Amino acid sequence: MSMHDAIAAFVHDGETVVIEGFTHLIGFAAGHEIIRQGRRDLTLARLTPDLLSDQMIAAGCVRTLIFSWAGNPGAGSLHAFRRAVEGGTLAIEEYSHFGMVMRFAAGAAQLPFGVLRDYMGTDLPVVNPAIRTVTCPYTGERLATVPALRPDVTVIHAQRADADGNAQIWGLVGVQKEAAFAARRVIVVVEELVDSAVIRADPNRTIVPGMIVDAVVVEPWGAHPSYAQGYYDRDNAFYVGWESISRDPAALDAYLDQYVYGVPDRAAYLAAQPGLTDRLRAGARVAAGVNYGY
Amino acid sequence: MATNVATDVAGTAAGYTPGEMMAVTASRELRDGEVVFVGIGLPNLACNLARATHAPHLVLVYESGAIGAVPERLPVSIGDPALVTGALMVSSMADVFQCLLQNGRIEVGFLGAAQVDRYANLNTTVIGAYDHPRVRLPGSGGAAEIAIHARRTIVVATLGIRSFPAAVDFVTSPGHRYRGTDRRALGMPGAGPVKVITDRGVLEPDAESGELVLTTLYPGVEVETVRASVGWPLVVREPLACAPAPTATELDLLRRTLDPEKLHLRA
Repeated sequence: MSMHDAIAAFVHDGETVVIEGFTHLIGFAAGHEIIRQGRRDLTLARLTPDLLSDQMIAAGCVRTLIFSWAGNPGAGSLHAFRRAVEGGTLAIEEYSHFGMVMRFAAGAAQLPFGVLRDYMGTDLPVVNPAIRTVTCPYTGERLATVPALRPDVTVIHAQRADADGNAQIWGLVGVQKEAAFAARRVIVVVEELVDSAVIRADPNRTIVPGMIVDAVVVEPWGAHPSYAQGYYDRDNAFYVGWESISRDPAALDAYLDQYVYGVPDRAAYLAAQPGLTDRLRAGARVAAGVNYGY
Repeated sequence: MATNVATDVAGTAAGYTPGEMMAVTASRELRDGEVVFVGIGLPNLACNLARATHAPHLVLVYESGAIGAVPERLPVSIGDPALVTGALMVSSMADVFQCLLQNGRIEVGFLGAAQVDRYANLNTTVIGAYDHPRVRLPGSGGAAEIAIHARRTIVVATLGIRSFPAAVDFVTSPGHRYRGTDRRALGMPGAGPVKVITDRGVLEPDAESGELVLTTLYPGVEVETVRASVGWPLVVREPLACAPAPTATELDLLRRTLDPEKLHLRA
C-alpha cells in the first residue's frame, strides 16, 4: 500500500495517534504524509516527541500531546512545541518514560492500568491527575498507577517485513511492540519488503506479527533524519540545524513548504536532497547467524 | 565562560574550562565495574571519559535499551546507533525500567538538571508555573525513576543563583526531602543524590537533614563564589577538600576523542 493510501485509510481527524521509535526508526515519512493530508485535532502520544512532533505541532495537526520527554536530543529545544505550551495553545498530558512504557504495556495486555513503583516525591501526580496510586493487596505497599493507553492507530517503522506485515527490528526496539499491540490499528512502514522465508529463517527478530497489522508500506529512508540500524545513520547535522529552523516560525513554515507540502512523497523528498544517502549510508557490522535446527 | 589557570601540579595542563573540570570530576566518581544508568549531555561525556581512563569495565546502561554499550564515537543522543554496535545486550524499554532499574540492578544514576534545590530535588520540567511556564523544558524522561531507584545518584549542574534556588519550581526528580518528608519515609529504594557536581565545586547532602552542603572546591575557587551562587545559606563542611585539576590525559581525551566538536563542552 502507498503511504498516501495507508494514512488516508487508517488515520482520521480527532484520533489518538502513536508514531513510536526511541531515536531509532522514527516514522518521519508517515508523519509528513499526515501533515500533507491535513489531519487535525490529533492526540499525539509518544515517549519522546522530537523533530517530527515539532513539525506536526507547527503544521496544526495536534490538539493534545501525551509524552514523557520533549526535546531535540543532544541538540536543543523543540521551539514549536515550546511556543505552543508557553502560549497555552497545546494541551499536554505528561508522564515519565517508565509511566509511558507501563501505559502502553497495560494497553497491550488489555488491563485498565499499569502499576509501577514511581512518582513518590515528585510533582508529576500534582499536575497530572491520571497518575494515581493503588494499595497492593499482598503487601499493603502504595504503588503508582497509570491508565492504559489504547491508540486508535500506531505507526511503527521497521527494517523489514513480509507482505503480511511480519516485521523485524534490530538495534533499539524501544516500546514499539507494546505500542503496536495496544493499538486498534497498526501501520508498519519498512525499509525493505522481504519474502516470508527471510522472516521465518530468523523468527526471534520479529517484533510485530502480521496478525495485528492493517497496512504495510515500503518506504526506503522513511525514518530520515532519524536512523535505521544497518541501513543509514542519524542525520545529526539536521538535528543540530533544527534548532535555528524551529526557533523561527517563518523558517519552520519555509521548511514545511519545501520538504513536506512541496513534495508528493518520500522519493521526491530524497530527490530534493542530493548526496544525502551517500553521506548517511551505514557501514557493515554483520552478525553471525545462529542454528535454528533441532 | 572563563578559563581557569591550573596550579603547578605535574601532569596537569596549563588551562581548562569549568565544564571540563566538571566532566572530569564527575567521571572520577565512577568505580570500575559499576553499572551506571547514563543520562543525556554531560553525564554521557563523563561516563565515556571514565570508561576511557580508570573504569574500563564500567557497564553503561542507556534508557534506550543499550546495555554494556561501548560507543566508538561519542553518542550525540542516548539513542545513538553507536550504542548498539558491540553492546552486550539490547533490550526493550519495558525491560530496562522493570528488570534493570526497578529491580535494583542500577548502581549509579547520572543526571543533569536545569534547577537543583537545597534538598537536591531536580527540575527538568518548567521554569515558572506549570500551567503558564516562562520556559518549558523537556520533562522527566527516565530521570524521575532513576532518582528513585538507582542505588545512588550523581547530579551534574552549572552553579548560578537561578539554577540553584532554595526550592525548585517543579520537582521532576526527587532529592532528599519533598514537602518536609524524607525520601526514605516516602518509600524510595535508592539513596538519592549523593553528590552534586558543579562547575566550581561539589555539594553533598548532610546526613541528618538532607540539605546540600559544600564539601569540595575546585582549584582557585573561593567559598564565597559558591555561596553567592546558591539560593540558601550554604553550610561548608570542614575540612573542605580541593579536587585535583584535570590531567593532561583527561583533557586530551575530552578535546580530541570524546567531544572534538564541543557538543557538550561549549566553551
